[in-house]
Order: sequence, then C-alpha cells, then structure tokens
Amino acid sequence: MTTATYSAEITPEIVAQHGLKPEEYARCCAIMGRTPNITELGVFSVMWSEHCSYKSSKVHLKTLPTTGPKVICGPGENAGVIDIGDGQAAIFKIESHNHPSFIEPYQGAATGVGGILRDVFTMGARPIANLNALRFGSPDHPKTRHLVAGVVAGIGGYGNCVGVPTVGGETNFHPSYNGNILVNAMTVGLADADKIFYSAAAGPGNPVIYVGAKTGRDGIHGATMASAEFDDESEAKRPTVQVGDPFTEKLLIEACLELMAGDSIVAIQDMGAAGLTSSSVEMAGKGELGLELDLDCVPVRETGMTAYEIMLSESQERMLMILKPGREADAQRIFHKWELDFAVIGKVTETGKLVLKMHGETVAELPVEPLVSQAPQYERPWEPTPAQPEIAASSIPAPANLTETLKTLLGSPDIASKRWIWEQYDATVMGDTILRSGGDAALVRVHGTTKGLALVTDCTPRYCFADPVRGGAQAVVETWRNVTATGATPIAITDNMNFGNPERPRIMGQFVGCIQGIREACLALDYPVVSGNVSLYNETNGQGILPTPVIGGVGLIDDVAKAVGIAAKTEGETLVLIGDTKGHLGATLYLREIAGREDGAPPAIDLAAERRNGDFVRGQILDGAVSACHDLSDGGLLIGLVEMAMAGGLGVAIEALPAGIPAHAAYFGEDQARYLVATKDPEALLAAARAASVPAMRLGRIAGAILTGPGLDAISVEELRRIHTGWLPAYMAAEPA
Amino acid sequence: MKIAVIVFPGSNCDRDMAVAVEQIAGVKPIMVWHRETELPKLDLAILPGGFSYGDYLRSGAMAAHSPVMREIKARAASGLPVLGICNGFQILTEAGMLPGALMRNRGLKFIHRPVTTRVESSRSIFTSRYQAGQVVTIPIAHADGNYFAATDVLDRIEGQGQVAFRYCDAAGAVTDDSNPNGSARNIAGIFNETKTVLGYMPHPERVIEPLLGGSDGRALFESLIGALS
Amino acid sequence: MKVKVHVTLKPGVLDPQGTAIGHALGSLGFAGASNVRQGKYIEFDLAETDPKAARETAKAMCEKLLANTVIENYAIDLA
Repeated sequence: MTTATYSAEITPEIVAQHGLKPEEYARCCAIMGRTPNITELGVFSVMWSEHCSYKSSKVHLKTLPTTGPKVICGPGENAGVIDIGDGQAAIFKIESHNHPSFIEPYQGAATGVGGILRDVFTMGARPIANLNALRFGSPDHPKTRHLVAGVVAGIGGYGNCVGVPTVGGETNFHPSYNGNILVNAMTVGLADADKIFYSAAAGPGNPVIYVGAKTGRDGIHGATMASAEFDDESEAKRPTVQVGDPFTEKLLIEACLELMAGDSIVAIQDMGAAGLTSSSVEMAGKGELGLELDLDCVPVRETGMTAYEIMLSESQERMLMILKPGREADAQRIFHKWELDFAVIGKVTETGKLVLKMHGETVAELPVEPLVSQAPQYERPWEPTPAQPEIAASSIPAPANLTETLKTLLGSPDIASKRWIWEQYDATVMGDTILRSGGDAALVRVHGTTKGLALVTDCTPRYCFADPVRGGAQAVVETWRNVTATGATPIAITDNMNFGNPERPRIMGQFVGCIQGIREACLALDYPVVSGNVSLYNETNGQGILPTPVIGGVGLIDDVAKAVGIAAKTEGETLVLIGDTKGHLGATLYLREIAGREDGAPPAIDLAAERRNGDFVRGQILDGAVSACHDLSDGGLLIGLVEMAMAGGLGVAIEALPAGIPAHAAYFGEDQARYLVATKDPEALLAAARAASVPAMRLGRIAGAILTGPGLDAISVEELRRIHTGWLPAYMAAEPA
Repeated sequence: MKIAVIVFPGSNCDRDMAVAVEQIAGVKPIMVWHRETELPKLDLAILPGGFSYGDYLRSGAMAAHSPVMREIKARAASGLPVLGICNGFQILTEAGMLPGALMRNRGLKFIHRPVTTRVESSRSIFTSRYQAGQVVTIPIAHADGNYFAATDVLDRIEGQGQVAFRYCDAAGAVTDDSNPNGSARNIAGIFNETKTVLGYMPHPERVIEPLLGGSDGRALFESLIGALS
Repeated sequence: MKVKVHVTLKPGVLDPQGTAIGHALGSLGFAGASNVRQGKYIEFDLAETDPKAARETAKAMCEKLLANTVIENYAIDLA
C-alpha cells in the first residue's frame, strides 16, 4: 500500500478539512500514484463523501429488493422508473436537504425541491407532483417556529413558481429533531417509456455541454457538510448554503423537455450536490470513458474563480449533457430561446480519465474508474436495538374522560391538521389533482388519460426507535395501505434513510434494523425500492434524531373515477372496520400524549394480513361497494374515524366497539393492517369479508353532525374540526417564548 | 374562433388554460410566445397564471413590458377581448390596461384554497352565463392578490360597474372574514371601462369538471364562447 | 456611473410587510421603532457620464419599470 504523501498545498490539516480520514487519503495517493493537488483532493473529498459514495450504507442498501415486472430502472440513476402501462412511465425519487434547511430554512428547503425536480426531469419526465416529509423539533424549542415558517415558505416559493403541484406529505414534531430538522422532498414525473434519458457517457469525441444558470461560489463543500455532524459553530457556515432560482428552473425544465423531444441527447445528468464534480465523474464512470473539460468555457457569474471552486460549486439549476455530434447548434437555439446559458465545455474521451484544463494548462487529471470503484465502503460495527417490552392494554389506566382524551389527541402537534402548511402550496396547478393533502394518498391524474397515480410519504419514527425492524416494515406498509385506501394498486417505493452518526454502533444498528424491516415488507408486498437517498450524521452535540426511514410510495389506478377519498359524506351509510383490533398501546401517540410515556414495543406487523386486508379493501373500492376509505394509523380507530367525519362534514354514531379490550385501547390502539370504510350495503361487505377471511365489523352509522359512541360524550364534528385545525395556526401566530 | 394564450417565461397555467379552452370551446387555442411582435387576427387573448419572470421586481412587471404586450395593448384598445387570470391580472394592471395594483397578501403568505366570489354583473362577455349575485367557488393560488387603488379610483370603477367579482362568504355577503388577501372593497376581479378586458385572481380554468373539485369556472368560458361565436 | 434607486410604498398605501417587520422588532426587544416601511434597493452601472442625462434615464427607467407609480415612490442617487 502506498503511504500518504503530503505537500505544502496538501497538509494533514487540509485533508482533515476535506472530511477524508488519513487512510482514505492514503488510498487517494495510491490511486493517483502521487500527491493530489488541491483540485484533485476536492474531487476525491466530494466523491468519497457519505453523500455521494454511500460508504456506510451501501452494503446494507444492496439487500433491498429493487426489481419487479413493473420496474424499468431501479436505484443508481437520477431517479427510479416504473411502467404504468400504455407506453408510459412514472419517474420518482425522494431526497433529503436536512442540513442546509436547518442552517437557512427558506433556501435550504427551496433548493431541496429544486434538486429533486432536476433529478426527475433529467430523465426525460415532466414533473407532475411534489410531496414533502418534514420533521421538526419540539414545538417548545425556540427555533422550531422560525424553521417551520422558513421551510414551508421555501417549499412553496420554489414549487409554486415552477408550476408543479405540491400534493402531499407529512409533518411531525419531536425533540430529537431540535438540532437536526428533516426536509425530505419527493418528485414524481411522467415520461414515455421509450424516451427515458440516462447518464452514462458514450461516443468518444462527443461534445460535453453545460446548460442552465451560471456558476458562482455557492455551497462550496455542501456535500461534505451534509455528511458531517453539527456542532455549535455550524450556524457560522451559512455562506455554504446555495440560493435557489425557481424561475430559471422552470425555464430549464421547458428547455430540456423541448430538446428531449428530439434525439440529440446521448446522456444527461443534473449538477446536484457536488455540482460539476459528481456529474462529470458519474457520467464518465457509468460510460467507462473519460471526459476532458475546459474550465475556461464554464459560464461563471463571479470573477477569479479557481478550478477548485468551479468543480465544487453547488450553484443550482445547472445540467451537464453529452450530445450527438453536430447537434450543438440545434440545442443552443432551444436554450437561448429560454434565455439560458449554453456552453460546450469539453468532450468525451477514451482515456478513462477526467482531465480538467484551465488557462491552457492541465489542472487536474484523475483516473475515473478507481475514483468510483475504490471509494471507501465500510461495514460499520452495529449493535441490535434492545427489544422493548410488549405493553398490555390492561396495564395502561383508562383516562378519566374519553372525549377529553380525543380532544387532546386531535389537537396534539402530530395529529393536528397541517392545513396551515399545505394552503401555502399550489396543489392544483397542472389541472389533474384529484385528491390532495389532508387524506391518505394524494391522487394525480395522468394527463389526458383516465389513469391516476396515488402518491404518499410515511414514516413513524417512534416505532423505528423502539424497534427498527418493525418500524422499517411499518413505514412501508403504511404507504402501501395509504395507496390502497384510494383504490390504487401500490407499485414501488423510494426511500429516504435519515439517521444519526453511523460510526456509533447503536445508530448503525438502527439503520441495519430498518433496512431489514423495509426489505421484509417490500418482499411480502411485491413493492420494490426503485430509488432513494441516505442522510446520516443527523446529530448535534452527540444527540441523534429518531431513526427516520421515510418511504415514498407510488401506486396506479386505471380509472380515477373509481377512486375514493376519506370523506364520509353520505348520510345513512355504515362505517365498517376492516382488520383485527387488539388494542395495542405500546409506542403509540396515546401513550406519549396522554400517559406521557414513550416506551413499549410498537405494533406487530403481519405482512400476510396486510396484503389480505388491503387487497380486499381495494377490490371493494374498485367494485364501487365503498364510498370512502381511510387507513388507521397514528391515534388509532377514533382519530381515523373523526378524520373521515370532519372531511365529510357529517356526524357518526358509533354503535359497537371491538370486543374484549378496554374502550381506550379500542379507540386509540394502533394495531396495523386496518381500514375504516363507508358503505351503503354493510351486509354485502361483511359477507364478502367473511368469504375472503378478512376480519370486519360494523362500527356505526354516518348521520347528522354529532359524534357519539360508547363511553363518549356527544360532541359536534364542528367542534372537533375547530380543535383539529386550530393548533398549528395558533402555534405559528404565537410569540416565541 | 381564434383564441391565443400568451406564454411568458415563467407562465405555468398556460397548459391548464389551453386545456380548459379546448374542452369548452372545442377549438385549440394558439400558444403565443412573449417575444412575438405580430399577432394573427384574434377573437380573444388570454394571459394565463404563473410566475412570469419569477415574479421578480413585482408580479407581472416585466411581462407587462414584453414585446407581445405592445401588440396586445394596441389590439385591446380597438376592442380585442382580453382575459387575465391571476398573474395575467397582475400583468394587466402593470401594463396599465386595468386600474389599480395587486400587492402582497395581507397575511404575507401564498394562499391556495377554494374561495367564494360573488358575480357583480352578468352584463359582460365574460359573465353573461352567470347570474348577477351568484356565488361561485373557484380556487385562488397567489401571494400577490391584494387589490389596491386610490379611493377616487375605487369610487369611479364601482360607479362605472367595473367591479366584476368580489370575495364573499358562502351566502354572498361581502365580509372582511371572506376576504382572503386584504383586497380593497373585497375586489377579486375588474373590467376595463368597455368591459372588454377582465382581470380575475381566482383560477376558473381549474374548476371545469367535478372530478377536480367543481365546475363553477365553466360558465366564464361559456360566456366568452357564446359572445364571440 | 453608478445609479442607486430606492423604491418605497407611497404614504398611505398599506404595508403589511413593514408592519410585520415592526412587530418582529418589538418582539425582539427593540422598543421605540415605529412606522416601519420596507422597500426595494436597485443598483446598476450606467454608461453615461453626464449626471443630468443619467438622472433623466434613471427617471425614465423608474417610471416605466422599476417602480409601479400606482403604489410606489422612488428616489435616485448617482455616484
């Protein structure tokens, strides 16, 4: 093994500042056969950062199922691609922008949306929907209000301007996110299955083109920042945050799609985190070729930029393309029409090297293959998470008053309506949004057809903390249920793995456990992973976040007219509960919000029951037997039921509860594999359930404007709605403490 | 019938508008890029919603000075009907084709939700298929929809019957609670003096079928098609 | 020649952003700030050496684009 060699320019301190361990630096020197210069070191540091190399996670991610009859392209490209019939494909991915959003919430969240949009339209898809999974610290934390306001404004500011509807997502609060909020953005796009664009360079001699916005000194070392733990000085790192320009992005979308309608493009890659470095290395690496770039040709908006700065800049709204020879003029005409920069900055070579030139000199020369294939990979030591005890429902005392308990839960931060957030997002631009935030999955029609895509994000971090395997599986099955509850058939997922410091065995154990749970659920449900993102080191001063593997699920329905929402809006219909209710209270919101405890094992996941119950419900929806459907999750049966009543503006008379368990466990237990459906013919539905061996029981009737039930005081749905929608606006309007 | 939808850099409701027009009028509109300096013979020009030029400087300010707007202004002066929705309304005020200005919402936030507006007059080519006083539910999606004009201007446009729509409650009462953005006198849409130009903040093109949440927007297009054919 | 333009809302035009800023200043403990109004600052280089001509050009720019004179005033500084 070559030992590390240093120079006046490359000292051990410089290496450390680039986030490279001494042994990793020694490997750089071995690959180079010499001491790298500063530009080359910058390229290594970016490519070998956790963000780009997945060095802690790769060995585990490889165990996930990524193929299936409907998978056109799994993980490894800019986004995953699935077949949705009729020669069409859906392209989607979720990605985190956690660290930048904590430091500068507006720009961090905005550029997160911009980045994930580019990942999707880079592959030839027109983006048709955005979703956002957000996790903030405790509402009592002095920074939370400011972060919520900034992140929401940033997501809206970007998404609204580019004209892609923001149709769904989720928002949780927990003190573990006080120093590390999570901003996970998902984009779904639509393309023709035979016109999908990939990133592998091809054709030595072909021109390499830079398009989009100019390069400035934005976000230099963002990728390495995204792979480092926070400390109290992090807020002084503000200058490395990029600024988004959604107007330019909108032009870039239109220009790229116009060019993609022809056949000029050989390969295309967006410049996301790590900018020109990762885009050029990935294109060359996938094509097993070299690239030669003349950095003097890169459009810049600041003077005196060095090769290092140009290669590491994270300026937004930029793309790298390889064109067929002779197509430059056509492409340039399109980009100039859209008032975007267009520059030929180099060519594809057979050398297998990334060669960077500036002022007529070679300023960097790196062998691409070893830079990619010899990136460090770690099998980090991990400890399994100790099992939490199962908590018997009977051991949790009943509350003094069930109605007051309902009101408390309904107005608690995780259950309270997020209307204040989603009213700041344009959800109906593009004219195809059928179901949006506030229900289960969102539903977006495939333009010009009767088909619809059901879209959702989910994760229950408190389950993942208590039992990573169950929690990982639960995140997957909840998306599957949410998609199912609209009538759509779940097809595939994208995952955003947000965890603490993987160098701590307990944290790594959480990661490994969640992956195992995700894997088991995906296999059982034929629901593969087609894209994803890993965000590690979400820790501040040694305090890690709850393990948060956010799952983005996508499903398909052939006729959107058959889809149902959660609103119980037909007077006289019956609510039927599908699935087994055992009254599981461990790790539930009831336990946390009412009993003040966060212990206990989370609900067990019975994947066979999930599949059986879900397939039954979907069949009933498509047969027209069900007019509304809601999956049961956070807060259990009563919260789900009240959400249906509030959405429909009607009351419910609960006639019977699942037998054999205390009322508070029946109402608030979080048993899985359950749905609540509204039907006009309960006898037929119950008979069909019996025939399918699916547990089902008549729960109550939809009528009037009042909620009544065993042990409950009568309460108007209007009053419940006031509590549900009141918390967040009041919280945001309040003065900081 | 020849209808043009004008496309500015940053327009994002241009496709939605074209879909609505085609679905209701049965003819495909022509899409006109903002750099065009000459227009074919037209029966109607539509300025769609979006964020022209990113809403940088002021919403609609830069689009109002784009080459195509000189031609639109000249044609409108000789009677060409022009409809501006959301950003299109902002462009019309910035271009001086409608009085007043659209300022930041009083809550300072972007708002997207269905709102109820009252049809103030059915005597126009845009509103003839509505009843005067009818309450229609149509979504808004804007950050700058707070209509402002000096008091004498407000008095004048009210006196001349130029107020087309006002924000109101479900029963049609014009109240402060039903005013989503702080607009002067709850104004949601106004005509020019000859009622051949309409600017309207809500998005009628998004509510043309029940599956998408309603069809109250249809009558606006049906009014135009009826008047122009 | 460097041209600096300040665009502000006319007196009497409601300025909710200014109000919000004033409110935030108060809640941060800065007492005594009232009548907060916010505006825009725009600067650019003009290839014109005669100050009078430069001011005329800048004025035309403000009237036509930089300010909306329905709601805004402007002030021009030359340097």
